[in-house]
Amino acid sequence: MERVAIIGASMTQFGQREGEWIQDLLAEAGIECLEDAGVGADEVEHLYVSNMASGEFEGQTGVPNALAHDLDAMPAYTQRVDQTSSSGGAGIFAAWQSVASGASDMTLLVGGEKMTHKTTGEATDVIASLTHPVEYKTGVTLPSFAGLTARHYLERFDAPRESLGKVAVKNHRNGVDNPHAQFQKEVELETILESPIVADPLRLYDFCPITDGSAALMLCPESVADEYADDYVVISGIDGATDTHVVHEREDPTVMGGVVESGKGAYEMSGRGPDDIDVAELHDMFTILEFLQMEGLGFAEQGEAWKLVEEGYTERDTGELPINTSGGLKSKGHPLGASGVAQGVEIYEQLVGEAGPRQVDADVGLCCNVGGFGNCVITTIMEAAQ
Amino acid sequence: MTMDATRYDDGSISYPGHPRGPGGTEPVETIDLSEYTAEVVTWTTSTATPPGVREPNHLAIVEFDIDGESVRAIGQLTTGDVETGDEVQPVYVDELREPGAGIREPESQEWDGYRFEPV
Repeated sequence: MERVAIIGASMTQFGQREGEWIQDLLAEAGIECLEDAGVGADEVEHLYVSNMASGEFEGQTGVPNALAHDLDAMPAYTQRVDQTSSSGGAGIFAAWQSVASGASDMTLLVGGEKMTHKTTGEATDVIASLTHPVEYKTGVTLPSFAGLTARHYLERFDAPRESLGKVAVKNHRNGVDNPHAQFQKEVELETILESPIVADPLRLYDFCPITDGSAALMLCPESVADEYADDYVVISGIDGATDTHVVHEREDPTVMGGVVESGKGAYEMSGRGPDDIDVAELHDMFTILEFLQMEGLGFAEQGEAWKLVEEGYTERDTGELPINTSGGLKSKGHPLGASGVAQGVEIYEQLVGEAGPRQVDADVGLCCNVGGFGNCVITTIMEAAQ
Repeated sequence: MTMDATRYDDGSISYPGHPRGPGGTEPVETIDLSEYTAEVVTWTTSTATPPGVREPNHLAIVEFDIDGESVRAIGQLTTGDVETGDEVQPVYVDELREPGAGIREPESQEWDGYRFEPV
């Protein structure tokens, strides 16, 4: 099987993009990625669009074909990839499959979402529509699941509430150096702990914002990658997995089976393990998720991730394993379909040495993109080409 | 109105029921959880609720013990004055959230159900 390389990456400004809609955002990232990779639109054979809900948010469907036209990439094969919040990671998986299988020699992946024209309640409801009817009728939201899980975690593992706040402090600090991040300012722990309650015990700053934005990656066989780029990365491991649709049916509320299983698959494929990872982007839609992914991916024992955060293990400039150098979803923002792709953009930039003030010393990076409340997960391991 | 959980042929129980249970097991009977009490596993109070949902919305994951077999459920609470480990009982409510106010098609599901009340 041909190894798959990433030879270009891009992302738009994340945030409130007033007057710009899903097609505008996708086209912006798509054009920039073509330019970054030095690839002509006519060379693109497959075009994947990661997007959760353009129909529900905007009344615009058929976005992959629209993007192909806007980029003048016809007659490229197009496909939309929807896996809720993990649509971006699933897009990486689909794009990887298209190249690894030999079906495409040049695949463009663009993820995007337009959300901020909706109220918080409306946007939350679109996202909560992924729940089972017995869940939906209770009014449960994804933030509510986070509150339920955070309380259980803190009580069971005797973790201090402040440890969750420190995840937000770290990721906001990292976001200061990301010019594409929605929030580029530090937040004090005291501010976080005194912010309004959203889903007790979690408060406003434990949650990512609602965001517009788009991100893109260009993939091709490694055998031709050096025709386009001096520095590129290789996807050495990737896997996806699901957990129960109904969240309360999980045996252990603090274990996300999709994280564990997709991580196992990605590690096995790459021949790597948790100790080999130099930098990671985790899906911190809520602060508690960073703990659960650290544990599910083997960076920490169950119930111990909070201690590593307290010890500074995950800090960008001084920690042994920098996590969310981009600022994470927490600071960078979370345009649903774009987020998993943007995780890949950050790891790509770290591995080719283009992360600017966020740069860490890394040869192997990992991203974990979570859909629903751990319902479906994609874990990807990338390595700098040698 | 009942709060139907499903027992599978390996003895396990789930709420809600599914066409197939753990290990591909088949459903053999339903059990009305509203006749039992449960223990609060965890709870939250949501203050940012979607259209048609009460605010604040007190929610809990609870665990029933059905003759030695545990089954969990999520539901609204009648009060935010609860603690993990409290015993609760299901209390019928004819409308848990306003049908049609949110994105879900009103005819696609039921909207009545049970809240959990401390015993």
